[in-house]
Amino acid sequence: MGAKHFGARVKRLEDPALLSGRGRFVDDLKLPGLLHASFVRSPHGHTMVRAIDSQEAMAMPGVHAVLTADDLPEPMRRMPIPMLTPNPAIATPRTQTVLARDEACYVGQPIAVVIADSRYLAEDAAAAVVVDFDVLAAAGDCRAAIKDDAPRAHSDLASNIIARFPLAYGDVDAAFASAAHVFEEVLWQHRGGGMALETRAVLATHDPVADVLTVWSGTQTPHLGRGTLADLLERNLESIRMIAPDVGGGFGPKAIFYPEEAVIPAAALKLGRPVKWIEDRREHFLCATQERDQYWDMAIAVDSAGKILGVRGRMLHDSGAFVPWGIIMPYIAAVTVPGPYVVPAYRLETVVVLTNKVPTTPVRGAGRPQAVFAMERLLDRVARELSLDRAEVRRRNFIQPEQMPYPVGLLFRDGKPLVYDSGDYPKGQDEALRLAGYEGFRERQRAALEQGRLIGIGIGNYVEGTGLGPFEGVTVRVLPSGKVAVATGATNQGQGTRTTLSQIVAEQVGCRIEDIVMTIGDTGAIAQGVGAFASRQAVNAGCSAQLAGEAVRKQIIALAARALGVNENDIDLDDGLAVATTGNKPTIPFGELARLAQGIPGVSLPAGQAAGLEHTAYYTPPQAAYCSGTHVAEVEVDHMTGGVKVLNYTVAHDSGRVINPLIVDGQVQGGVAHGIGNALLEWMQYDENAQPLTTTFADYMLPMATDVPTCVIAHVETINPLNPLGVKGAGEGGTIPAAAAIIAAIEDALSPFNVHFAETPLTPERIVAALRASGAYERLFAA
Amino acid sequence: MGKQATRITVNGKSHARVVESRLTLADFLRHELGLTGTHLGCEHGVCGACTVLVDGRTARACLMFAVQANGSEVTTVEGLAPDGELSILQQAFMDNHGLQCGFCTPGMLITLTELLRDNAEPSEQDVREALTGNLCRCTGYAGIVKAALDAAQRLRGGSGA
Amino acid sequence: MKPAPFDYHAPRQLKEAAELLATLPNAKILAGGQSLVPMMNFRYVIVDHLVDLGHVDDLRGIAVIDGRLRIGAMMQQRDLETSPEIARHCPLLAEALRHVGHRQTRNRGTIGGSLAHADPAAELPAVCAAYDAVLHLASIRGLRSVPFREFSLGFMTTALAPDEMIAAVELPIWRLGHGHGFHEFARRHGDFALAGAAALLDIGTGNVARRAALALFGVAEQPVRVDAAEAALTGKAIDSRAIHAAAAAAWLIEPISDIHAGGEYRRHLAQVLSARALIDAARRAGVDM
Repeated sequence: MGAKHFGARVKRLEDPALLSGRGRFVDDLKLPGLLHASFVRSPHGHTMVRAIDSQEAMAMPGVHAVLTADDLPEPMRRMPIPMLTPNPAIATPRTQTVLARDEACYVGQPIAVVIADSRYLAEDAAAAVVVDFDVLAAAGDCRAAIKDDAPRAHSDLASNIIARFPLAYGDVDAAFASAAHVFEEVLWQHRGGGMALETRAVLATHDPVADVLTVWSGTQTPHLGRGTLADLLERNLESIRMIAPDVGGGFGPKAIFYPEEAVIPAAALKLGRPVKWIEDRREHFLCATQERDQYWDMAIAVDSAGKILGVRGRMLHDSGAFVPWGIIMPYIAAVTVPGPYVVPAYRLETVVVLTNKVPTTPVRGAGRPQAVFAMERLLDRVARELSLDRAEVRRRNFIQPEQMPYPVGLLFRDGKPLVYDSGDYPKGQDEALRLAGYEGFRERQRAALEQGRLIGIGIGNYVEGTGLGPFEGVTVRVLPSGKVAVATGATNQGQGTRTTLSQIVAEQVGCRIEDIVMTIGDTGAIAQGVGAFASRQAVNAGCSAQLAGEAVRKQIIALAARALGVNENDIDLDDGLAVATTGNKPTIPFGELARLAQGIPGVSLPAGQAAGLEHTAYYTPPQAAYCSGTHVAEVEVDHMTGGVKVLNYTVAHDSGRVINPLIVDGQVQGGVAHGIGNALLEWMQYDENAQPLTTTFADYMLPMATDVPTCVIAHVETINPLNPLGVKGAGEGGTIPAAAAIIAAIEDALSPFNVHFAETPLTPERIVAALRASGAYERLFAA
Repeated sequence: MGKQATRITVNGKSHARVVESRLTLADFLRHELGLTGTHLGCEHGVCGACTVLVDGRTARACLMFAVQANGSEVTTVEGLAPDGELSILQQAFMDNHGLQCGFCTPGMLITLTELLRDNAEPSEQDVREALTGNLCRCTGYAGIVKAALDAAQRLRGGSGA
Repeated sequence: MKPAPFDYHAPRQLKEAAELLATLPNAKILAGGQSLVPMMNFRYVIVDHLVDLGHVDDLRGIAVIDGRLRIGAMMQQRDLETSPEIARHCPLLAEALRHVGHRQTRNRGTIGGSLAHADPAAELPAVCAAYDAVLHLASIRGLRSVPFREFSLGFMTTALAPDEMIAAVELPIWRLGHGHGFHEFARRHGDFALAGAAALLDIGTGNVARRAALALFGVAEQPVRVDAAEAALTGKAIDSRAIHAAAAAAWLIEPISDIHAGGEYRRHLAQVLSARALIDAARRAGVDM
């Protein structure tokens, strides 16, 4: 059967409502009697909280309550937010309590909440809450925080180091001892955030008659959120419903559970009225989790032909003040280093340390961009030192397609051995280089130089484990109306979940896409769920949709065959109609079959017939699905100002079988924009007291339309043999090698000056400083 | 303190209200009138998610007070096409995958409405520069630029890209 | 991020506005709001009264009077950007306006508001510095004229009294055929400049500069006229070497240093952009560069 919907550039079902301003984001929802919240937050990086005086605030107009930790129900009052990703390597798996009682450990940590008639009035009152602080020295820099005499990030912890883990395979020492060449690099990546355009938001209401607490949250993981909230309130899961409505971007930070997602429901319960909290952008800069702040000290050993013998090094990871997502990110970074290359021996010592900054959790790429940056910069170094072409060095080291499945020698974060299931790395690189015109670039570069323009080209390769478990369920149910109801724990923050799952279900069930009625992101619609992160939904929910759709298809065919009196082989399904292919070709619509499947009250169903016309599937992936890709960036550098422009950007992308090319291209393009931001613009700055310095969109710079070229994107599909769809994830690949490719391109553009860069974001000021140090300006101005 | 009467015409309909002087135009539209298509992404005038037309010109609704718009005509995303239909620009967005999460989209549409009204044949660079007052975190802008150029062509009488 | 409460006033006459400003406690002018309202939303600025000048017609208008271009303080930047008089008489201003923020902010932002706010990275104060503009200030005490050099006092500080407002700006018009140049460096399109240079050159026979003006912005606490560069060019034949030698004087400024750029880098940019702006000005004045 030729695919009708799967693989097609189907226009998105989500679009018409969003285009006409009829989206339903949390702040768009209205409930009668709604109250509004504003939080009182710690202004210090590290402080004891001695007393909270809310008398003046309580007397202000429109104020209904000022709640502190003592006003919260048990166990929420004292119980730290449960950590969902435990690891024995973590010495102190510390998470925050939902409101700080005695100690606050990062600027922005919530201490109290004001509930009032409007956000305006709530902010007025929040400004009048007086907190008696005992300010402590703050751990502001992770490099200083590992020292014995460093200020403690938490007053009761003897050390700021919360985990150390080595990862190793092969004989690294022998590899280095025998190598023809050893090169070292020190690399660093500054903090940044996902910075979705919609800030966080929580709306909670309690129905006292049914005793159901309903919470709308701008979350990527409503089922996980419900579970955590149930623990914090000690309520049955079934008495809480968490819904992620339209969510304006996720990118990782909205996957974890935040204090506000507990405090607002607690306030709604306490006051007996619905309560809404919309995070403002300043709060988002302070409190939404971030990523990076990693320092890498790496070395590569190669033979005289540039073949890798071993890689070793140390990595320091800033966890921030708490570890809500464990050590997932540094772990992912550590196992991503080998990438698409044969690395016979590898050792990385990772140290994870607490500071008094907001915690770091996965942001698009989840540690992989940092690892890829390290590996790709090392390979560029090998190329430069051995006078080899950078693409050739990579070619000599690629894992070949016939070596698949390829065991790397490490355990991945999914708990399974890191085994690449499929991939053709040489083909991907060749394709990207071809589309980027790599062969002819030196000539273009020379011609540009004659015009006084400096252009450069850079390459970045990556392998990414996606489609992580444990599962994401899908229920497919044909309704008597003929519509096909679909429910899933998968969520949508812009990736077009509704559309891609509809394509799969329509393909399997044989209905029209427009007849599908889908509920996503609602714990009331399906019993178990996980949510969106780690580019997992296409694999998990996609395969569940496939399996559920297949099962329902079989039921439809069986029912139709019985109803029409023909063999099952003689039934076709087309646009919601079961059609017999023999005799006078009778038909029966799906709706009528659904009615038949409900049976008659009091009468047994025929033998072999299941109840109803539905199926729920919870596909569980055996391991991660490994994507890969090659990015080629072309930049122009103004060597006088240090200004950088990305001229062209090419991506060869393997995310397995593609469900909707329109959507996958959009994910790659969007991911590249994040990568450009990481490489050139985005830097969440703090001072030495862990005070955030960049807390507005004027100070923290996101790429604009003039900063991101339209990418040339090629799909190199290697089918994932491990799942029924052959799909892999697509959400993060656009970001992962971007910084590596762009920094390499800048270096290439400035090759007449022989400068070297190993940090991001690479600012114009740093470029000028490096050029000045290399003597580039001496002849220009008699300063 | 500070309540004021104001009369603002929004999408062709006149609304007279007494509001707090400090109520922003964005909050007036969203909560007083229930027109939630205009979004707030930063409340300090950089992201452009709150962009509306005031007397025909783009303005950041988070940087205006409703009382300032007294006597003015405001167009929001809800006013770009009759109910239930999509304008040429909106359709172009759908055809060219010009949106993902949709949060920046209303502001983008309003900004492009002004651009295409003033410049019937914008170059790609014209479009990109016009869009610098609107941030998008999902699309990487390619689909938006494509949609704008496609819409411009269709509005000029072409058959579309 | 909601502002603190205030009372709003919308006078229709200049006199009324001046009276309100003089009598209301903790009052501020609301012009375009593009700089003030963000600060109010952050609650960095808390006012009891806002006096909106948006309906005071006396503060609008563009006119050429006696070789000077007079611009009403409440003229919106977008209207100045598209003004044929400005394009013809003060092309430096027209070019600078294209770099001010974004279309949405120029639609509402005013020239008076930008000058009163006096952000060191702002373009319009630098243009006024280059032109030796004269500002007309109004209060209940009447009108007074202040040359720009005396108006700009320091970091976001002007000679405006607390109850005073800018009524109009006058730019002396340079000889027809003069050249202008404007270059700024910002991280992204429309961002605050890390550094910028505005240049005017009046060039006579033999490519000799009759007159030169070079104003820098973004590099110091207020716009800086680079007197040494101007002196180095005035009366000299203009060529690339002369311009680069003059631009070197930009190194001597007292630069500011913040999270966006350090002082050394700003000095460097000041030199680079001065040279670029002067080269453009020379070209436009007819010198074959």
